[in-house]
Amino acid sequence: MTESTYRIQGGTGEWEVVIGLEVHAQITTNAKLFSGASTEFGAEPNTQVSLVDAAMPGMLPVLNKECVRQAVRTGLAINAQINKYSRFDRKNYFYADLPQGYQISQLYHPIVGEGKIEISLDEKDPDAHGKTIGVERIHIEQDAGKLMHDQHPTMSYVDLNRCGVALMEIVSMPDMTSPKEAAAYVRKLRSVLRYVGSCDGNMEQGSMRADVNVSVRKPGDELGTRTETKNVNSLRYIQQVIEYEAQRQVDVIESGGDIVQETRLFDPDKNETRSMRSKEDAHDYRYFPDPDLLPLELEDDYIFDCKASLPELPDEKRARYKNVLGLSAYNAAVLTAEHETAIWFEELLETTDEPEKIASSAANWLTSELFGALNKMGLSIEKSPVSPQQAAELLGLIADGTISGKIAKQVFEIMLETGDGATKIVEEKGLKQESDTGAIEKVIADVMAANEDKVAQYRGGKDKLFGFFVGQTMKAMQGKANPQVVNELLKKTLGDAG
Amino acid sequence: MAEIFELGISGIRSGIASGDFSAKEVAETFIARVSAAKSLNAVLVETPDHALAAAEATDKAKAAGETLGKMAGVPIGMKDLFCTEGVATTAGSLILEGFTPQYESTVSSNLFKAGAGMLGKLNMDQFAMGSSNETSAFGNVISPWRRNDGGNTDLAPGGSSGGSAAVVAGRIAPAATGTDTGGSIRQPAAFVGITGFKPTYGRCSRWGTIAFASSLDQAGPMAHDVRDCAIMLEAMSGFDPKDSTSLDLPVPEWEAGLKSDLAGKRIGIPKEYRVDNMPPEIEALWQQGIEWLKDAGAKIVEVSLPHTKYALPAYYIIAPAEASSNLARYDGVRYGMRDLPDGAGLQDMYAATRESGFGPEVKRRIMIGTYVLSAGYYDAYYTQAQKVRTLISQDFDKAWESCDLLLTPTAPSAAFGLGEKSDDPLAMYLNDVFTVPSSLAGLPAISVPAGLDGQGLPLGLQVIGKALDEQSVFNAGLALEERAGFVAKPEQWW
Repeated sequence: MTESTYRIQGGTGEWEVVIGLEVHAQITTNAKLFSGASTEFGAEPNTQVSLVDAAMPGMLPVLNKECVRQAVRTGLAINAQINKYSRFDRKNYFYADLPQGYQISQLYHPIVGEGKIEISLDEKDPDAHGKTIGVERIHIEQDAGKLMHDQHPTMSYVDLNRCGVALMEIVSMPDMTSPKEAAAYVRKLRSVLRYVGSCDGNMEQGSMRADVNVSVRKPGDELGTRTETKNVNSLRYIQQVIEYEAQRQVDVIESGGDIVQETRLFDPDKNETRSMRSKEDAHDYRYFPDPDLLPLELEDDYIFDCKASLPELPDEKRARYKNVLGLSAYNAAVLTAEHETAIWFEELLETTDEPEKIASSAANWLTSELFGALNKMGLSIEKSPVSPQQAAELLGLIADGTISGKIAKQVFEIMLETGDGATKIVEEKGLKQESDTGAIEKVIADVMAANEDKVAQYRGGKDKLFGFFVGQTMKAMQGKANPQVVNELLKKTLGDAG
Repeated sequence: MAEIFELGISGIRSGIASGDFSAKEVAETFIARVSAAKSLNAVLVETPDHALAAAEATDKAKAAGETLGKMAGVPIGMKDLFCTEGVATTAGSLILEGFTPQYESTVSSNLFKAGAGMLGKLNMDQFAMGSSNETSAFGNVISPWRRNDGGNTDLAPGGSSGGSAAVVAGRIAPAATGTDTGGSIRQPAAFVGITGFKPTYGRCSRWGTIAFASSLDQAGPMAHDVRDCAIMLEAMSGFDPKDSTSLDLPVPEWEAGLKSDLAGKRIGIPKEYRVDNMPPEIEALWQQGIEWLKDAGAKIVEVSLPHTKYALPAYYIIAPAEASSNLARYDGVRYGMRDLPDGAGLQDMYAATRESGFGPEVKRRIMIGTYVLSAGYYDAYYTQAQKVRTLISQDFDKAWESCDLLLTPTAPSAAFGLGEKSDDPLAMYLNDVFTVPSSLAGLPAISVPAGLDGQGLPLGLQVIGKALDEQSVFNAGLALEERAGFVAKPEQWW
């Protein structure tokens, strides 16, 4: 573990930044938390609203058990305490996007207690630059609807599609001390959520967003007063908020002012945060246990089943890739960061009985060739036009010497364009590598005959000319000669004659 | 033979079964009774077509030889707290004026499935908050009863199910639905000389019933007698997956289990229910009740419910707290009334709508509830009240070690005159002193008409039972009913 050295340089010296994040993650489920309404993204406004979501008189919430299961699985994935007794509370406030006049949440008894998340600050050497970030709690709550202010000159419209959608609020400890750490935390949390399958982590669609708590202090001092910037929905914005807020707070304090505990909003266009409401104007939410819902009590067997349903998680997987498959630390980190990448990689390995033999070369190929190609095409790995099985075929041709690494790049490009298999392409295009010593020797003899002067120079000690002979031989064979055989034969022939 | 309008549920059932009359005749009889009783102001919306359609369905089913539902051919009154599909539902409030649900509450739906028809939506205290019906936004219901002093003072029918009480007592409907949060079935039943039953919390689904205080609200029947209540409760109750607090238990056959022989039953008499200033007539009636139950074979034991005196204060914290949150949805945004002054923003619209849409008693309780949940007061009020609630439940648990049922008066007085207590909310709240503890504990309880006071007004006795033991409550109620021989009815003046 290394100490972060992120510091704000103020007029009175260095300042340390303390960051805590409350991440709201939409739980992956087809139905809302307390109503049967659909949760599909992007539907026409107010088409996914049940009587319960619209808070019609006499309507009652019924807990969606899948949301509970996903929250418990998420808790288990971060080694958190699962609270066998939890309860729902009402958070009361008036707003047009909140039809009930209260949000059902869990204040007093959250479903998940303390856990932790390991983050890495350097992908290339994750183990040497790790840090543990504490998670204080995870609770389940309803999302609100959405107000649309741009639909009418004097009125605001309300879209209740999101209203009642299930969220997990994942509250970190104030353990982060730099924008980079905060970003690493969110990235890792998103990775874990996606492995678990409890949230798709899609920040653009609002499936994941963060309330960013920032305070500053002189290193070693007590915690300063914090501000909370609401609903920040990208990794870049989270870092910008921290940078801006830390600097703003230092400026305020150093010019003799006090930081007010308040809620702020981020304006990405101006790259600044603005006060939304101060503590004095803060709502009194009048939390109390929701009498429409019974306390939630979980059995040991249920928790055990949730645990058993978890896939191999990124930390375990990364260790296995490194220690069992022999991958470099970097490759292990890159291939496990996203669950889909790991799944793709493992499907590739499944084509052989001895995965450790091809793992390293496959990993190198994936992180360079495949990632490069996908990046260029703007595709995610699930959308890759080349399947893991096709990739295995290609890598197999390299391994058994049928084609060279250089030809393989050419073959791969054709695969991406046509979707054809590597073997078919190699045969049709005649790209098969020539390893027949007789044929190569014949070409070498021709090359030497045509370049007697250079042969003489080489034999006279100009070793560097060796590359020239390799190039000429390969060129004469249209690049299809096995380079290793060419090397061996050239050495022999040039040496022999000398 | 009795006139049709004098019949209750079981009387109508046997008349239809024996072919003495058709369900249609029953419906027409009561539809006429409803239109003739407008001066009582008990019915907010008349739904004769609904009653007729249900009656025709019953007649058709009977003609086809089909088995009839428990409530076949019985046209009932529906408290306006139940959302009824296509029929305006206001909970006695202005803020819901113009609201017509697109859905049917589980309780009303269960009753209709059992063959009942609906005569109309019944007036009530606004959002079920009141004990006299005077908080209704549409004017109070007038009790069909009058004092025997020759005067014509309008009396309160009790509340909040005052419309239900009035139509059943006036034989304007053979039965009606009620809801009980702190006594809103039992107190009005006692005031008008009918039988009212509040089941164990969770027996009747709350889905589609406009919420007052969620942890207390329970629907129940208001009818002529114990048997009718048993029949109707069987039809109303049952597990509903749409209500998380609904009990996932089969509905017992209470009617079939009725028996007034109480041999082996121990009846507890809670000493803390002897309150100051209780009228001697009520005290005497209670004593009479004890004798009747002894006569039915029960053993009488004195018990103590030591935290009784804290029940009312705790109730008037918990119920308003829940109400303040439950009523937040009436904001003028999606349905019901909207008061949007010129140039008003969202907050102004909320304020204006809720200012003009809620009556004074509802506002009072929203303010109390908001206060007791506020930061800095929550622990002192709400948390303490919840502790008291637990202690009260434990009082009952302790009592059940030495008895099976409790006998108490239903209310500390007979019906009072309209306007007599409306200026004094605390005096009004005291009406619930005997009914609130069992509500806080979620226990089943019945009010049975047992006698008249000196002014010729009905008085009720209450039997409280263990959770889920509705049968014993019905049976003790039946024993009282048989011995009390209560036949008094209000003389028709309306």
